[in-house]
Amino acid sequence: MVAVQILIDGFVISALYGLGAIGFTLIFGVTGVLNLAHGSIMVIAALVGWYAANQFGLNPYAAAGVGILAGMISAFVTYFVVIRPIQQSRTIPSNETEIFILTATLLWGVMIQEGLAYLFSNNPVTMKPLLPGVTSIFGVRTPINEIMIGVLCWVVIGLLWLVVYRTKIGKPLLAASENPRALGLLGFEMSRIYLFSWAIYGILAGVAGVLLASFLGVSSASAGSLTASAFSIVVLGGLGSVWGSLIAAYVVGYLETITAYLISPQLRPIPALIVLVLVVYLRPQGILGRR
Amino acid sequence: MTTFLKSRLLWLSLPALLIAALGPWWLSAYYLGVLTMAYFYGVFAMSWDLLFGYAGMVNFGPTFLIGLGAYGAALLNNYAGMPIIVCLLFGGFMSIIGGILLALPALKLRGAYFGLVTLVAVLLLQYVIVIFSAYTGGEIGMMTPDILSINASVNYEYALWFMVACAVLLVVLSRSSLGLILEATGQDPIAAAALGFNVAKHRLAAFCVSALLSGLAGGMMVFYSGTASVGTVIDISIGVQIIIAAVLGGRRTILGAMVGAIVILLADELLRPLGQLNIFVVSGITLAVIILFPSGLLGLFNRTKEGA
Repeated sequence: MVAVQILIDGFVISALYGLGAIGFTLIFGVTGVLNLAHGSIMVIAALVGWYAANQFGLNPYAAAGVGILAGMISAFVTYFVVIRPIQQSRTIPSNETEIFILTATLLWGVMIQEGLAYLFSNNPVTMKPLLPGVTSIFGVRTPINEIMIGVLCWVVIGLLWLVVYRTKIGKPLLAASENPRALGLLGFEMSRIYLFSWAIYGILAGVAGVLLASFLGVSSASAGSLTASAFSIVVLGGLGSVWGSLIAAYVVGYLETITAYLISPQLRPIPALIVLVLVVYLRPQGILGRR
Repeated sequence: MTTFLKSRLLWLSLPALLIAALGPWWLSAYYLGVLTMAYFYGVFAMSWDLLFGYAGMVNFGPTFLIGLGAYGAALLNNYAGMPIIVCLLFGGFMSIIGGILLALPALKLRGAYFGLVTLVAVLLLQYVIVIFSAYTGGEIGMMTPDILSINASVNYEYALWFMVACAVLLVVLSRSSLGLILEATGQDPIAAAALGFNVAKHRLAAFCVSALLSGLAGGMMVFYSGTASVGTVIDISIGVQIIIAAVLGGRRTILGAMVGAIVILLADELLRPLGQLNIFVVSGITLAVIILFPSGLLGLFNRTKEGA
């Protein structure tokens, strides 16, 4: 019984972690930005979606759409207000851009979090399930919504794969993560590629935020821990490696679920944190990282 | 030394120090309290600047070092009843051990990887304190039997002179060869190593100094307020505030971090009517400073002076 429960819950949690981390790793791979406001953008999508559903009585799908749109808009705002001015600044030396982007996105994340706490308070909100009802898997009562969320995560990840590997607008993203300068020399408009990747990033973070709100509930206070978990999963998997992130998401997701069920919910994040520290010490490039 | 005597810094800071030292005669008890806390934060921010500004290490875990010092001191005071000075030194010693633990990955890792390790260190320390809540008081915190003083003015002078001592030490260090070598290793560790500097040794030294001062300040803060709690010395948000202070004041200036901390804590008080939006406004202003004037408040001040 417990084993089946752990399998199901772990699968869905890990899929959500994977989806949340994949946007983070994509934007790092393509544009070289480690966005510490990541969790805040997920929370924006969740809270706006929830607000739209409550205030205007939208059905769960339309509300999710509004939330995802909000995620995409906030990704663009992040790019234009925070990232681009720093990348193009003439007073910031280029070898310190990374440090400046880390601190700036950290502050930006705090701003969003505090702004959301002011607008929506920091009570956790839960979005209505996309599909109501409960089913039984090997004798374990499971909400259909939970299964739906796990499946949706993988559908979105699959779509991302299709866009990046099989379409003409997506392939340059892959190339940009390998060698941006060569891509520029081939006559590609880099600024357009960056815009496109921030759009995809916003959608991914938005979907992850909305689904998380529908599964576990989200509050403005969760922004920091969401960033931390995406960050650790991405580093565990290897910065910039999408497959590594997915594997790492499952390692972390199952470790947490097993700890929560078999040891104590209070200790939930600890084993994953210890594994992370060990991996960073012993194999700094992560599971599938390249260096 | 003669250049130092002629420097603008000295002639600006001496009157400022005099005005600050006379604080108890012209400030209300309330603002004395606010400034006392601001001075402790000043030490935190200056020690952080030594690592971030000079050695170029993104340390998201200043509160790991502060928390070790604070809890080390509080635990010794609570369970062994040692006098305050012994507890403070023990706390500082604990912080140095923590600093060495953090420095080990820093010798290999750069940038974001190291940042993540420091972040995880804070989270783990927080969990350890909550798990051993029978001894540490958990999330509620732990009272200490001893406090620095019941007199607000005395506490204020302790904090002020402690901060001044730290500032002098850090400014001298940063202008010595250690500071220069750290700066070189921060900007290009390979080139610095190729020039024959022992990168590992200098980074380790920077960590030890930063840890010792953060830990002592953390311990003093505990004995000032009479409690040690996760929310006041370890929480990530405290770390963010220290980072904001140092960046706002101007990185790689040491004194800028101190000014930044005082500005931030006073701004917190002045913006109190805004309620929850307080932190929103402060971080917004800091973000604008980072983007528009990357060298911070002190950098801005220096530049306008030079232009004039």
